Amino acid sequence: MESSAVDGRKRPLLAVWKFASCDGCQLSLLDCEDELLTLAGAVKIANFLEASSAVEDGPYDLSLVEGSITTEHDVQRIREVRRQSKHLVTIGACATHGGIQALRNFADIGDFVAVVYATPQYISTLATSTPISAHVAVDFELQGCPINKAQLVEVISAFLAGRKPAIAAHSVCIECKQRGTVCVMVQGMPCLGPVTHAGCGAICPSCRRGCYGCYGPMETPNTAALAREWRALGATPRDVQRVFRTFNAMAEPFLQESNAHGD
Amino acid sequence: MATKTIRVDFLARIEGEAALDLHVADGQVVTAQLNIFEPPRFFEALLRGRGYAEIPDIVARICGICPVAYQMGAVHAIENAVGVAVGGQLRALRRLIYCGEWIESHALHVVMLHAPDFLGYPDAIAMACDHGDMVRNGLALKKTGNELIRILGGREIHPVNVKPGGFYRVPQRAELEQVAENLKQATENAIGLLRWVATFRFPEFERDYEFVALRHPDEYPLNEGRIVSNRDIDIAIADYTSQFEERHVAHSTALHAVVKRRGAYLVGPLARYALNFDRLPASVQALAVAAGLGPVCRNPFRSIIVRAVEIVYACEEALRIIADYEPPDAAAVPVEPSAGTGFGCTEAPRGICWHRYEFDADGTVRAARIVPPTSQNQPSIEADLVGVATPLLDQSDDVIRSRCEQSIRNYDPCISCSAHFLKLAVHRS
Repeated sequence: MESSAVDGRKRPLLAVWKFASCDGCQLSLLDCEDELLTLAGAVKIANFLEASSAVEDGPYDLSLVEGSITTEHDVQRIREVRRQSKHLVTIGACATHGGIQALRNFADIGDFVAVVYATPQYISTLATSTPISAHVAVDFELQGCPINKAQLVEVISAFLAGRKPAIAAHSVCIECKQRGTVCVMVQGMPCLGPVTHAGCGAICPSCRRGCYGCYGPMETPNTAALAREWRALGATPRDVQRVFRTFNAMAEPFLQESNAHGD
Repeated sequence: MATKTIRVDFLARIEGEAALDLHVADGQVVTAQLNIFEPPRFFEALLRGRGYAEIPDIVARICGICPVAYQMGAVHAIENAVGVAVGGQLRALRRLIYCGEWIESHALHVVMLHAPDFLGYPDAIAMACDHGDMVRNGLALKKTGNELIRILGGREIHPVNVKPGGFYRVPQRAELEQVAENLKQATENAIGLLRWVATFRFPEFERDYEFVALRHPDEYPLNEGRIVSNRDIDIAIADYTSQFEERHVAHSTALHAVVKRRGAYLVGPLARYALNFDRLPASVQALAVAAGLGPVCRNPFRSIIVRAVEIVYACEEALRIIADYEPPDAAAVPVEPSAGTGFGCTEAPRGICWHRYEFDADGTVRAARIVPPTSQNQPSIEADLVGVATPLLDQSDDVIRSRCEQSIRNYDPCISCSAHFLKLAVHRS
């Protein structure tokens, strides 16, 4: 593995790659205001176009991948990224589950194009938005729309140390308990927290609204039971379908649940 | 006769993905093309059929750097459609969260993305070896801006607390007083940043831009105002399409927004500043003048100074809002859906961002249209590039390339936002 020598030590090479996305998850790295300069001392940031015009060739020790695959060109590009990367970690809902742009998967793409563009002429999009794991092997998936920057630092540290990242797989409910937030469903508000992966810190219930599932499914979620609770609280089938079909619509448990509801 | 093409395949230090082609013939730059290859994500299409209350959460995902701008444009458009006005402390809190976004977005661009161009570094991390204090200063500013968004929005990227009518939850005084201490330090940091960037060497380059920005009767514009220009435009937000249109341009794969019958215009800090200098407090005006700016700045390279001025302003404005803050009785005014059309336009860090939505009686979105700042600035970016590159043609391609990249970064272009305006067709496998 090629690494650069600084202070007599080899620093691992870190690369950040962008596919179809909002840039928010890679921005999380720059949002590590207190850790950024320390991190830059521990790894060599060898490819991070949003932040630097200095680009080094691979292979890279760790690649962070943001965004989903929506073009033929990107199908090829992610394969090349995989070839160049010892470890590949997806960051965020787009890279892990296809993102909000995967709503095209439920529609006719020609119809979508016609809504946005007056006279489509050049061929540059696929009919679907797919996660990175649909194309190449992925070593770890960090969920969230956007990801939590403390979890990002943990994932980077873990891979550099050669250990498994300590990212809890439980639901948002545990985070509400940890911060002492009274359950919003008990107060009559539909909430996706019981089936949603922790990591955000249960911020929606702390703002007195129900979780809308932007961290995607937790491990073994019981979505059907939660959907029944939503209906009991007055949510319509359309409400249930919409909430499961938003930022992580292609995540299997959310996909199945959204398919079970509708107008 | 010399004909050549200068190409930059991946533009660094911008948000999103783009490339540049410069075509040169007979000692003249014939065309400069900013090619956007950011894959489109079809927000206007996927919003159809969604509920009005979901819009702020969904449009935030257009851009991770300026999600508040999209949320603000959306909530104003929704309220416009149903005839609700949000005033008092709720209005002030919206201004406050927007100040947070201006601070974090401008600090990111000024220090991390743009300053390295002027001082000859590939990035801020390399720059930190020689200018560590200023990089730490910029990071501290960004952190304070993010803190403001986190307190009001729950988190800094894709805040969760903004809703039509106001907020899900409003802060207590004590929560804001905590960030006020940091904002006082941030104001000092911002003034230091302003003085620092004013010492940079700027290329001699000016263009006679048509500036377009919001203008409000008494405030430096953020969420509300009329759309005005330094030519003859002075229209309500709902009338945007009466003066502006989006055109297909033969040499580009992107739609370009232009003033009808005239052409390119410029939005963002230079335009906001030139059209609203008199709305800045005297203290901020004095700092701008001391930094070498007049009331109008037509040199796009100096936009880094104007951004620094706006950071100072946003810090002072945030402190003023916090000093006057009393928690309102309700976190939001009621918004009942009804059939109709609504418009919103706010000053994103990169310039005006215009929204239009049509709703069914139950609040379901029938149609959505969003015009982000970077697609409006594209024709101006390309016109700048022709002017910037032509006098450099006797120099090496590397010199031309780096000056052109710097020139594009003058606009802090947010390609992720603008990419849903790409012209395209479809592969079917």
